[in-house]
Amino acid sequence: MSTAAPQTWDEFMEGVWRQNPVFVMVLGMCPTLAVTVSAINALSMGAATLFVLVCSCGLVSLMRAVTPKEVRIAVYIVIIATFVTAVDYAIQAISLALYDALGAFIQLIVVNCIILGRAEAHASKNTPLPAMINAAGMGVGFTLGLLALGVVREVLGAGSLFGVALFGAGFQPWVIMVLPPGGFFVLGAWLLFFAWLERRKLRRAASLTEAGQHV
Amino acid sequence: MTQPLIEIRSAPHVQAAKTVETIMRNVVYSLLPICAFYVFQYGISALASIAVVTGACLATERFFVGTGTQAGRLSDYSAVITGLLLALTLPPGFPLWMGAVAGIVAIALGKALFGGIGFNVFNPALVGRAFVQAAFPTAIATYTPSFLPGRFTEFIPSTLAWPLMIPADAAVWLKAKHLDALAGATPLAKWKFDGVLANADELLTSLSGHMAVGPSPLLILVCGAYLAARRFMDWRIPLAVLGSAALTAWLLFAFDPARYPNPFFMLFSGGLILGAVYMATDMATSPVTPKGMWVYGALIGLLTVVIRYYSGLPEGVMYAILIANAASPLIEKITQPVPFGRGAILGMDRVKKRASYPLNPGYISREEASAVTPKKRFLPNKPKK
Repeated sequence: MSTAAPQTWDEFMEGVWRQNPVFVMVLGMCPTLAVTVSAINALSMGAATLFVLVCSCGLVSLMRAVTPKEVRIAVYIVIIATFVTAVDYAIQAISLALYDALGAFIQLIVVNCIILGRAEAHASKNTPLPAMINAAGMGVGFTLGLLALGVVREVLGAGSLFGVALFGAGFQPWVIMVLPPGGFFVLGAWLLFFAWLERRKLRRAASLTEAGQHV
Repeated sequence: MTQPLIEIRSAPHVQAAKTVETIMRNVVYSLLPICAFYVFQYGISALASIAVVTGACLATERFFVGTGTQAGRLSDYSAVITGLLLALTLPPGFPLWMGAVAGIVAIALGKALFGGIGFNVFNPALVGRAFVQAAFPTAIATYTPSFLPGRFTEFIPSTLAWPLMIPADAAVWLKAKHLDALAGATPLAKWKFDGVLANADELLTSLSGHMAVGPSPLLILVCGAYLAARRFMDWRIPLAVLGSAALTAWLLFAFDPARYPNPFFMLFSGGLILGAVYMATDMATSPVTPKGMWVYGALIGLLTVVIRYYSGLPEGVMYAILIANAASPLIEKITQPVPFGRGAILGMDRVKKRASYPLNPGYISREEASAVTPKKRFLPNKPKK
């Protein structure tokens, strides 16, 4: 049995779980806090970032042999900006309301540190296919992170999920959840939750090895 | 339980029989008359509110103490104080589920995250109140008049709102009772939005009917005096808060009596007395130096009056205390007293007034062998050639 499939899967899952950009690396906090007022905003922001991430990492990886080391950041920025422009126009064409809701944060994907970080740390050192798989994993992880925030904030802040009312007309919205402090509270709560999960995993692993030694 | 005859230990050797639990229990005792009067004013709605908020605080405290990450125990009464104070700052007809949210946030966000009793930066009750103020701005501004007939048999309808649902409109309910909606406004809101000043005796005793006032300021002062007399609370902080608020209000009143209300109104309306006596004096969040207490109290008084006069909110005590809480480590740092005897030695050329805050070597016992004044070392900037 070849080891290629698990390796690819590992490459993908790195971004989704082990090195999740939102909850583990705590990168890209600017869009994370700003656009997660509703689940649909979070999902579309995540999808836009995913697209830019995969395409630009593929292209960076293709051009890694011909890119001079001294100007590589400029090259990455130009590549990323190209795809961001495409996404920018696409969203504008699909839904103007969504475009207004996301505001400047679509253009700001250009300077998103997750994308630059992937391009610098991974894509510029790997062949296109692993680079794109890794980037896709990171993009999915980022989308999941945004969704986790967006769902909580929309359910509490507006009583709906993806625009569908959950509690009927008498729902009392928690105004603070759609305000910036709500973003910080929810992000903090999720970080706390994942830190707790991690600690529990470590504790279990420690107790397992201890038990193993006794046997 | 057997006590050892001789206990060998390091200084301090003289100690008062005052534990955290004793202090907290006495604060709870002093709060009971205030709560009783509050229930007398607003009936079973107030009773339910106090019970639910305190219950939420205790349940949250129990959960976090159970994780083993907290200083303090469930039995030290601190969560009870948080719950009672929080309930007293909320409107009597505040929906019970929102009260529970406030209680949970107060303990979880205001206290447990910092590590429990004594580690919190902000007053937990006020953190809870600030959260619900931001989350439910309408509900927290909806007051009902006190001394309504039938208050011991009937809940204020907004109290019994379903969880996550909008509470019933208090104005409709008041209309059915043949009261105008204005009767439900607090004296501060009446002054701010309608230009109506309440009378002095009404404010002082909270005994006049058909007005939405909190617990009686006179009663709070009496209970506070008990605490101060038994040294469970420092008298400097309330005095500084009230003095500075009165002075600021009096200066403004002297400047333009038509525009600003008299200082008496400023002092006895809203939650200033409750805040000054019970919230600002929270030991964990106020400075420990006597001079610092004056500065801290004065800051609260000044900020309260400024927020009340110049912001969109009718009440400013909560934010004033929270801001002063944040400033209190800094206040402590700049009001650090010179250790006894140290001033004379340094007095030869100049008195070193501002000692460093966290571990001033002057405070470390001489018996400690490692107590040496650390010398500042200047590392050379230029590399040696």
